[in-house]
Amino acid sequence: MQHGLEFDVAHLLAGSLVLASFMMLYQDRLYALLNVYALHAVVLALSVAWQAFVQDAPHLYVTALIALVFKAIIIPVSLHRIIVRLGIHREIETAVGVGLTMMAGIGLVALSMVVMLRVTPGADALAREDLAFALSVVLLGLLIMVTRRNAVSQVVGFMSLENGLVLAATGAKGMPLVVEISVAFSVLIAFIVIGIFLFRIRERFDSVDVQALDRFRGERR
Amino acid sequence: MTVDALAAILLIPAVAAAILALMPDYRITALLNVVAALLTFVTALSLFVVEPVSGQYLLVDDLNKVFVVLTTFVGFTTSVFSASYIGHEIETGRLTPAFVRFYHAMYQTLMFAMNVALVANNIGLMWVAVEVATLTTVLMVGIYRTHEALEAAWKYFILGSVGIALALFGTILVYMAARPVIGEGLDAMVWSVLVTRASEFDPALLNVAFVFLLLGYGTKVGLAPLHAWLPDAHAEGPTPISAVLSGLLLNVALYALLRFKMILAVSVGTIAPGPLMVVMGLISVIFASLMLYRRRDIKRMFAYSSIEHMGIIVFAFGMGGPLANFAGLLHMSMHSLTKSAIFFAVGHIAQVKGTQKIGEISGLTVTNPLLGWGLMLGVVAIVGLPPLGIFMSEFLVVSSTFARAPWLAVILVLGILIALGGLLMRINGVMFGAPEGASKPTEASYMPMFTHLALVLMAGVYLPSALVAGFQNVARLLG
Repeated sequence: MQHGLEFDVAHLLAGSLVLASFMMLYQDRLYALLNVYALHAVVLALSVAWQAFVQDAPHLYVTALIALVFKAIIIPVSLHRIIVRLGIHREIETAVGVGLTMMAGIGLVALSMVVMLRVTPGADALAREDLAFALSVVLLGLLIMVTRRNAVSQVVGFMSLENGLVLAATGAKGMPLVVEISVAFSVLIAFIVIGIFLFRIRERFDSVDVQALDRFRGERR
Repeated sequence: MTVDALAAILLIPAVAAAILALMPDYRITALLNVVAALLTFVTALSLFVVEPVSGQYLLVDDLNKVFVVLTTFVGFTTSVFSASYIGHEIETGRLTPAFVRFYHAMYQTLMFAMNVALVANNIGLMWVAVEVATLTTVLMVGIYRTHEALEAAWKYFILGSVGIALALFGTILVYMAARPVIGEGLDAMVWSVLVTRASEFDPALLNVAFVFLLLGYGTKVGLAPLHAWLPDAHAEGPTPISAVLSGLLLNVALYALLRFKMILAVSVGTIAPGPLMVVMGLISVIFASLMLYRRRDIKRMFAYSSIEHMGIIVFAFGMGGPLANFAGLLHMSMHSLTKSAIFFAVGHIAQVKGTQKIGEISGLTVTNPLLGWGLMLGVVAIVGLPPLGIFMSEFLVVSSTFARAPWLAVILVLGILIALGGLLMRINGVMFGAPEGASKPTEASYMPMFTHLALVLMAGVYLPSALVAGFQNVARLLG
């Protein structure tokens, strides 16, 4: 019975993370996207905390705390401010329509289920499901990065992808260096966010639209 | 505990980075940068004399000794080049002293990260080190803060981060495969443990892991179609960084891939990683050689040439076997030396002429004979003409392939020939066209460039038997 509960809660949280990724796919406003990302991070924090409790691994609480404080609060708030300060367009320009993106997302989730569940018959059920969900989140994150033209929403896509990786790392029972890796990732993300601001992409270009950046490319003139 | 050579090659750059971050004067920091790089190189050489004890985190074996020595050597010569390059950038006002201070600290941090990645025994630590190396180079690529530099840095950032993320997923999967056999905890991420027990791992999981690792680290190697960041990053950053990127960082990512290939080679039921690498290598060679024809920016052109050569190297390691591995190792070393020498020349040329556009540089052999002929020698070497080192390594790759898979060798030779045509066609005007533009004498540092070229020439004529024996030993290890 106890085992059943452990499994169900972990399953529920990991599934919610995939759901939150789907919610990001159809947002067309930057602020809304940031709010969904904050939700994504909160779900991740809960999921990691649950793993810490189930696996009796107190160091994972550190990772959960990083997810909660850094990813769910600091990053969305500072991105919010950057959007205001740099006056970035608040609508998200998509490269592909929402309907098509959602279909592609469903396809990617199906793909990751097929791949991961097939190659891990030996592993325990919890780790298997976690891994399959994590791969879905990673692929959905990639999809967000591909279908968005705006630099900020690409960064959000990358951060959701990274959440998927943290889910995978904490799901792999007893994996060493998880905390270190999540810290390394947080540093990477902080760099990206600071990069948007410090490189003053807004000051140099008319938009943070990657297509606009392409025009400046060395040889296209 | 005494500090052994292994700890020293990590500590010297780390300490140097901290000191350089605090020193204001760029002349002293440039000198200190050179001294630190030299010290690291000498310490790396001592690894051949006394082999340090490997632990759970760090490892020294015959494979990574070669990489460490190559990395620290090119790191040292590049720092010498960098000193004169940076001096000129400050004079012309393209960089301010504050940025140079930052640049030098980042340079040593990069050397530190690359050394950690090379001697890491823990696959998680290796991943973190590659990430740090990526971050520092991103910062240095964007250092000029022009439109182009920012775009290049941003692109490198995003693509590099995705690559790194995929590599981490692969690393996690390797751990998942190892856990049931080795047990939970640190041991299941230690490479030297993994490689001895890999035959018991679940092959299906390892297969999926390798695909992720190949895509992830392959992005950093610059394999087509994952190469999009590479030409921009090379063209827009400071030239010493182009030299280090091409000559060293691509090798480091390749090294990570080779370590995982060795794990897969031990396991029985897995797919052979070779064919995947062969295909990606060939695609890169053909694609990059065709791209050489329409380049207008000289640094961008040599960046595409790097993609081509990484393709050849990955192809050679993908073919496997003692001879092909030997050829791959030799080609990797020769490419590092030649390509960084070319970038040393190109860096000074771009400074003299004030442009990187191929169309605006002309008649170099007349206006700046020493630089011009140096670059010409480098190009002759890089396209694989005898008697230089790259001719020999390419000849070995091709001839060893002919014996086993003639059709693949035909495609490879075709790619090499296309690249030869493209590079020589483009460089012809630059070298022998009507002299044009500034011809003012430069305070260039010729030493690093000609040292590299002399080594490449020497390797083409005569390889010391100790080196051959060493490479053969490593080639056997690689399986």
